[in-house]
Amino acid sequence: MSQTVGTQSIRFEQAPYIQSSASIVGTKEGEGPLGKLFDVVGSDDKFGEETWEEAESTLQKEAATLALGKADLKKENIRYIFGGDLLGQNIATTFGLMELNIPLFGLYGACSTAGESLSLAAMAVAAGYGDNVLAVTSSHFASAEKQFRFPLEYASQRPLSATWTVTGSGAFVLGTKRSHLRITGITTGKVVDYGVKDSMNMGAAMAPAACDTIYQNLVDFKRQPEDYDKIITGDLGTVGQEILIDLLKKKGYDISTVHMDCGIEIFDSETQNTNAGGSGCGCSAVTLSAYILPKLEKGTYKRVLFVPTGALLSTVSFNEGQSVPGIAHGVVIEYAG
Amino acid sequence: MDYVNAFWVGGLICALTQILMEKTKMLPGRIMVLLVCSGAVLGALQIYEPFREFAGAGASVPLLGFGNTLWKGIQEAVQTDGFIGIFMGGFTASAVGISAALVFGYLASLIFQPKMKK
Repeated sequence: MSQTVGTQSIRFEQAPYIQSSASIVGTKEGEGPLGKLFDVVGSDDKFGEETWEEAESTLQKEAATLALGKADLKKENIRYIFGGDLLGQNIATTFGLMELNIPLFGLYGACSTAGESLSLAAMAVAAGYGDNVLAVTSSHFASAEKQFRFPLEYASQRPLSATWTVTGSGAFVLGTKRSHLRITGITTGKVVDYGVKDSMNMGAAMAPAACDTIYQNLVDFKRQPEDYDKIITGDLGTVGQEILIDLLKKKGYDISTVHMDCGIEIFDSETQNTNAGGSGCGCSAVTLSAYILPKLEKGTYKRVLFVPTGALLSTVSFNEGQSVPGIAHGVVIEYAG
Repeated sequence: MDYVNAFWVGGLICALTQILMEKTKMLPGRIMVLLVCSGAVLGALQIYEPFREFAGAGASVPLLGFGNTLWKGIQEAVQTDGFIGIFMGGFTASAVGISAALVFGYLASLIFQPKMKK
């Protein structure tokens, strides 16, 4: 029996359950509005390592280990890991998860990796390819700046439209055992490019991709925005949020009452000097784990669409004059009772 | 009076550059190139040297002054050595500044640890 719906979505017949999740963040995130909700807040952002990249690897390892502990599972119980990060060749994921000795699918979705990894993990469990599967992603402010912009020592100035890459890792265990949370469907995004060339204004670059996936999700599942308690993007920030609501209105859907953005929630831009908001793979992952899933667990939300966005540029493509294409992966999470 | 001139001229150059950074979408790298090239052009037009005598460090420390330094070095080398001076002059003139930056940067990296931005 086909589980595909519409053009880009899947409705799972045997919807996987979220067994557990864990979030680990750095000091700035710990000082933010969601600070008390995270499982672990680092006392410094080096997490006991010598380099920023190793610190990010440790973030992933700790988040994964904590999620396993919460699900009362050992690493031998996990069939697959779906994981990724922002660094070149995914080194944070590789070096971080090496010791777990679990078969690994390394992914790149930029800041949409949480959505991508949860989608693939859900597909694996729903299709019977694994009883327990782990999805994990991370980002680190210092390693991301070195990767995409300039090393911190360069002391470059950041414009007001720039976002602040979250230092954090979120890990999720999906499985067949009953829990309060299910991933009932996914809508996988396409690469969407409106020709934005400003690498300092990621919100504007990614909003079209978010619009595309959200629109397709609503059409495929024959839903209205109000069928979701929240439609949650990863890091569009205040600028991107306005653009997204506008683009969707033109397509006939008004999400203004249900839209939420992790990048806006995670930092207080007035006091924390974070300009347009939080970004990075870790932003949506830790916010989902620490802020959104607990609300679903309690039944405060019944159904949400988690749709983080990613900007698929590299420093090379940007310097060669290419625009910034985006992608957004939608995951429908429901309260299972 | 020298100090006052150096202060307000240097500050003005920085303020104008800051306007470029905030009001345009120019990337920092492009702005730096603009400053160096402008300095070189102003030097070639014989405008920058008198300006530098007036403002002292206010004109020689900002990147605009670096462009002028490059121009002066190349000009002197071409006068002494002919065509090949185009390749010799720039580095000779800027050698002190560049070496100092390298040496102090290296020393700093030995003494200090990387820290997160707040």
